[in-house]
Amino acid sequence: MNIWLNFLIDSLAFGATFMYGSTGEILTEKAGHLNLGIPGIMCMGGAGGCLMLNLIGKSNLPPFLIVLLGILSSLLLSGLMGLIYSFMTMTLRANQNVTGLALTTFGVGLMKVIMSKMDATVYLVGPKMFYRWPFAGRQDALQCLGVLFFLAIIVAIASSYVLFRTKVGLHLRAVGENPGTADAVGINVNRYKYVATCVGSGIAGLGGFYYIIDYMASQEAYLSLEAFGWLSIALVIFALWRPHMTIIGSTVFGFLFSCSSYITNIDWIHVTMAAKPILKMLPYVVTILVLIISSVRNKRENQPPSSLGLSYFREDR
Amino acid sequence: MSQHHAENREPLIHLSKRPGISLYKAWGIRLAAILLGLAVCGLVAFALIEKIQEKPERIWDFYNAFIKGSFSTPRKLWKFLRSTAVLLGIALALTPAFRMRFWNTGAEGQTLVGVLGAIAVDFYLGGKIPEPVLLILMLLAALLSGAVWGVIPALCKAKWNTNETLFTLMMNYVATFLVSYFLVVWVPNGSSSLPKMKFGKLPALFGNDYLFIILLILALTAVLYIYLNYSKHGYEINVVGESVRTAQYVGINVRKVIIRTMILSGMLCGLVGYLIAAGLDQTVTTNSVGGQGFTAIMVSWLGKFNPLFMILTSALIQFLNQGAAQISQDLNVSGALPAVITGIILFFIIGCEFFLNYELHFRGRHAKVKKEGVK
Repeated sequence: MNIWLNFLIDSLAFGATFMYGSTGEILTEKAGHLNLGIPGIMCMGGAGGCLMLNLIGKSNLPPFLIVLLGILSSLLLSGLMGLIYSFMTMTLRANQNVTGLALTTFGVGLMKVIMSKMDATVYLVGPKMFYRWPFAGRQDALQCLGVLFFLAIIVAIASSYVLFRTKVGLHLRAVGENPGTADAVGINVNRYKYVATCVGSGIAGLGGFYYIIDYMASQEAYLSLEAFGWLSIALVIFALWRPHMTIIGSTVFGFLFSCSSYITNIDWIHVTMAAKPILKMLPYVVTILVLIISSVRNKRENQPPSSLGLSYFREDR
Repeated sequence: MSQHHAENREPLIHLSKRPGISLYKAWGIRLAAILLGLAVCGLVAFALIEKIQEKPERIWDFYNAFIKGSFSTPRKLWKFLRSTAVLLGIALALTPAFRMRFWNTGAEGQTLVGVLGAIAVDFYLGGKIPEPVLLILMLLAALLSGAVWGVIPALCKAKWNTNETLFTLMMNYVATFLVSYFLVVWVPNGSSSLPKMKFGKLPALFGNDYLFIILLILALTAVLYIYLNYSKHGYEINVVGESVRTAQYVGINVRKVIIRTMILSGMLCGLVGYLIAAGLDQTVTTNSVGGQGFTAIMVSWLGKFNPLFMILTSALIQFLNQGAAQISQDLNVSGALPAVITGIILFFIIGCEFFLNYELHFRGRHAKVKKEGVK
């Protein structure tokens, strides 16, 4: 029984990476922008947090402050990446897909350059214990649930609340559905798009930071981060553009992704080596199925925002 | 009084769409953007490369490396031509879909299954049948797998209006894991790296391994240019891209056009996959396409979906890539630096398109013109 509990907690903890990434992407997509720069943004979020920890990791600051400064620095750098994307697509009216892909190229590259220059004994070894509060030092699976994990759940639920229960959220959804109409009723379309994209990028960036500093907590973690950025974009579809659904979705994804290594530990299930890639393929296949099924059922609340990927320029109408 | 009021509220910068722009001016702006991008790269180099921080004059090595990366030796030049051809090939494959406003982000996967299909035929039949037959079968397998990978999202788009950008994006990863599945099956020792195939290699043309690929892609560019601009199919693609309603109104079967075009797009990706498999690598890895499927999206967009312009844009991107790789070799920096440099210059190229389409008028100047007009 214990192995299943460990498995569940591990899936949850792993899933928090995607929870951040896809919550951030949902906010952006709800504003009508398909941001394919999320992998790059998550990478830069990770690099941003680690840069700060590299400065203060061995200082005598109180742990609380170290945790907070790391998070803020991560938010800042990934938010800046979001600002680049917003400026390019909203002010300079560039194609969203192209800009996003360029942002990913840039972000992943820059993160690797930055991370390869830093010393893991400074940014990782000390601070990681602070981030694992309150379960640091425990021997069971709970030890991998830390501050950033709980923050992920709070952020996901809060984003859902803002999107679906407040006036700001209503306006934001209006901007993503039909910017022309939103503009006509006096909503500042560009401001909503800018803020949603930058905040969304900041949140996504925390996912990268969490993955490096807490979930993997290893020196090589940053090398595998990009793939999870793409998985976060997949999760947005799986969660049907609802941030709170990413909690369930990311656990399922985490489950599917890590089950290949768990299943080999259970003696009554016999899997061959060949099954591993197939298991890892499952999250994407499931995402495709969700995408198809939701388009077949064609229920309005399960659809992508209708102006997703289409840029809005008032003069072009 | 009302005029005075309006003047006060005039924004600092006023935009207007350019009615047209001379070719000379357009390329001037693009060149300026690239130079500006290179200057920013220089600043980044100062920030990131220790060797330049120690000796600032080494910054010239930095810029020199761009030329050196592609043109210093015949080998590098051929590599440049070959890689440009492959990148151009994938971008060409994407273009019909893009003209239709079908945002196919799945070229990576479509090309990868092309490689996989060709190698699968090679793996099972290599040596058992005559080489020319094998090469043809490999080609057919690659075309078929590419087409299948392209047509699945197209069918869903045509039938249920499923979002094609997200669908094709996901198909890339399914393709990647499909490759790793076959690698586990084919390579029993668990290393998952398939040794080079002995059979199924495209013959060298005039003693050069790459010439055939380069010429083929050039021919493809011309054919696709004619297909898109002077054929009925090309016309239908353009109409569907401009407006689905109009297309329906004039009696174009939109579903048929979407499906037909994506079969073509996927097949061309498969063709490039075949060239990679039979002409270059002789094997398949999860990294056989190496992200070029994504880069090709940028190539196609920057070339304004015009096959002839795309020759230039693919060459430019390959030039940047090879130059940046040379830099990391010469100045001994992390292998990820090329991505940073390419990314920065891409931002400038993408951003400068805005200045090609729009004119900026600043408040001060505008007011002056107005006053002169009054006089």
